[in-house]
Amino acid sequence: MRRPSRTLAVTALIATGTLALAACGGGSNFDEPAAEGSAAAGSGELTILIGSSGDSETDAVNAAVAAWSKESGTKATVNVASDLNQELSQGFAAGSPPDVFYTSTDQLAGYAANGSLFPYGDDLAAIDDFYPSLRENFTVDGQLYCAPKDFSTLGLVINTDAWTAAGLTDADVPTDWDSLAAAAAKLTTETQVGLSFGPEYQRLGVFMAQAGGGLVDEDGKTAIADSPENLEALTFVQKMLADGVLAYPSAIDSGWGGEAFGSGRAAMTIEGNWIIGALTNDFPTVKYQVAELPAGPAGQGTLQFTNCWGIAADSANQDSAKALVEFLTSTDQQVAFAEAFGVMPSVESAGDGFRAALPAQTAFLDSAEFAVGMPTAQGATDVIADFNGQIEGLASADAKAMLASVQTNLQAVLDSAG
Amino acid sequence: MSTTSSAPVQKAPVRIRRSSSRGSGIRGREAAAGWLFVSPMLIILGLFLVVPVLMAAWVSVSDWTGRGSPLSSSVGFVGADNYRTLVSGGGLATQDFGTALRNNAWYVVLVVPAQTALALFLAVMVNRKVLRGRGAFRTAFYFPSVTSSVAITVLFLFLFSASGAINKILGYLSVSGPNWFSDARGVVHILLGAVGVDQAPAALAGSGFLGITWWAWLAGPSVAMSVFIIMAVFTTSGTFMLLFIAGLQSIAGEVDEAALMDGASGWQRFRYVTVPMLRPTLFTVITLGLIGCWQVFDQIYTGTQGGPAKTTLTPAYLSYTSSFESQQWGRGAAIAFVLFAIIVVMTILQRFVLRERTTVPKRKRFVTADMTGAKK
Repeated sequence: MRRPSRTLAVTALIATGTLALAACGGGSNFDEPAAEGSAAAGSGELTILIGSSGDSETDAVNAAVAAWSKESGTKATVNVASDLNQELSQGFAAGSPPDVFYTSTDQLAGYAANGSLFPYGDDLAAIDDFYPSLRENFTVDGQLYCAPKDFSTLGLVINTDAWTAAGLTDADVPTDWDSLAAAAAKLTTETQVGLSFGPEYQRLGVFMAQAGGGLVDEDGKTAIADSPENLEALTFVQKMLADGVLAYPSAIDSGWGGEAFGSGRAAMTIEGNWIIGALTNDFPTVKYQVAELPAGPAGQGTLQFTNCWGIAADSANQDSAKALVEFLTSTDQQVAFAEAFGVMPSVESAGDGFRAALPAQTAFLDSAEFAVGMPTAQGATDVIADFNGQIEGLASADAKAMLASVQTNLQAVLDSAG
Repeated sequence: MSTTSSAPVQKAPVRIRRSSSRGSGIRGREAAAGWLFVSPMLIILGLFLVVPVLMAAWVSVSDWTGRGSPLSSSVGFVGADNYRTLVSGGGLATQDFGTALRNNAWYVVLVVPAQTALALFLAVMVNRKVLRGRGAFRTAFYFPSVTSSVAITVLFLFLFSASGAINKILGYLSVSGPNWFSDARGVVHILLGAVGVDQAPAALAGSGFLGITWWAWLAGPSVAMSVFIIMAVFTTSGTFMLLFIAGLQSIAGEVDEAALMDGASGWQRFRYVTVPMLRPTLFTVITLGLIGCWQVFDQIYTGTQGGPAKTTLTPAYLSYTSSFESQQWGRGAAIAFVLFAIIVVMTILQRFVLRERTTVPKRKRFVTADMTGAKK
């Protein structure tokens, strides 16, 4: 009697296995986009996934999308992701991604390489209106993948009360490295450090740009991390750290430069225009002024960060998605976004509107002229993350060895990206 | 002496079970019913465990890029390429993996013994009958375990910030505390530095393993990682204390009394009676500790995201970032499987070390044989 029971058991097991597999394959055919995507195709309804900085951004996007829905008659829903990369990855893997979503420059190369993105950039009517450097940021292998949503540059944010308290005047606003170090030294007191910014390439890179260095050369194929210009920049930062006029936020009890600045622990910081909103919310009494970053040996330089409106290759509604993006990147809409949550418009025609709406932030927009973007090759993010890890220990590190390791890693990434 | 008395008692139920399962004819249907009853669990396990694990195994040997199903026809088999990149690629991937393993190995080496010892100590203490208010102590010690790890991590971030409570206390003692969560220096390096060794000896700096030098392997946990180590010991020892208490309560009082009559001191009774009898519990605790420590993720995700200078990067977190941030799904899955292999190997090793030694203590066997002879 044992035997039949075993056969039964085996049958049960097989049945279970089949059930499990069937359940697994039920929702989506392995080779085809999932049912959800095609269901959306029937209705033509758009889903938009954004990684929001806060309520004002969510509300502004919601309002803009609702306005477009009304105009076009196409239903659209905006979802806010708590972890955008993770939710997008799930969508791509399941074959049912959102139709339109925020895409960062770090993620672009990866998504472009695996074919998740629909490269629609060259079909845009107003393509020439976007800043050329932004278009370049979203171009992979000669194809513009998506329309730049907005962008930010880094500027020098100065606490005006601390500034006058230290006996400095408008004429002292730093224009070169020496005057920056001098001002930082004057602003450094017992309880306040002259300058503070996060220990990462995303801040420190401005000095590399000002020295004429960078991470990759213009054609994006060769790493130039170990150049003497970069070494000069790192040595300058190292010296400020050693002199105690520059401190990383973590060393003065802050999470980021904006907090160090707002709490009064730092008199100057290098941040993007997102700091304005943070200061208004968290430190409304702090008086500040935004200046363009000083010039280094090779002139002025800053970094720019941007996102674009990605459209999924698996989206069944690409035409309406494109129409939505054209609406969202139109001049008027970009000025509206700027007013709502302070982002800088990605089209040049909206520049005047931005300057009129937010006069205190013109320095950020003016910096666009000499801003450089982040390297976009697939894997470059990891190299920068590794570099950032080393920058945390810059005060006591061998800057030359540090750059040499970045050079090796970055070149390897660029070679494998082809 | 205990062997002789317990032997016949042990045999009896075994014999009964055997004869009953063999004999009657209607038992076969009972088995079918059994399978029916377990089938919901089998289906759930199959669906949520076996199938995903098999799919992950496939991803780890494929070039899946994260778009569409990994089982679709466009995904190719790449053999051990993903594993090779990790182990012998020599690039950033290898370096990161080596760093993550280094960090986690130190974490395991320090957390597992510390939490086991502390849990055992607490259990013995609160299990003493003379202790008043045992329930209150037990609850207090168990409390950190019921709190969510995210909440505890945030709490520790505040406690150990540059001007946090810990540094304030250290300040009263005229010790200037480090900036815990942004201090990337390895503890062993700091100690070596204190005795004047602050540069890597040439033998250690020149060569290495998994992309990082031997000197870096020996760095010890960074100051930031040490905070996580303290936190892990703090949060988990309560749970393991409960396991030990359960184990202690299953030890009959007579055994202890017998040892007392034989003139064993308090420490001897603990070392030669209690600990050997807790061996199964000890095995459970160490196994759970090892597994938990190698999988540390949520503290890192909420706390430091691998920083400062990658010294709190762990394989589990690296697997997540490689997959979700860098779109290197194959590599992420491969890391997960290497981690799995490490855990399995360590568990087997530990089982081997803690096995019941039936043949070793010859002298003791002689004594018992002699005594049984005398009894008969």
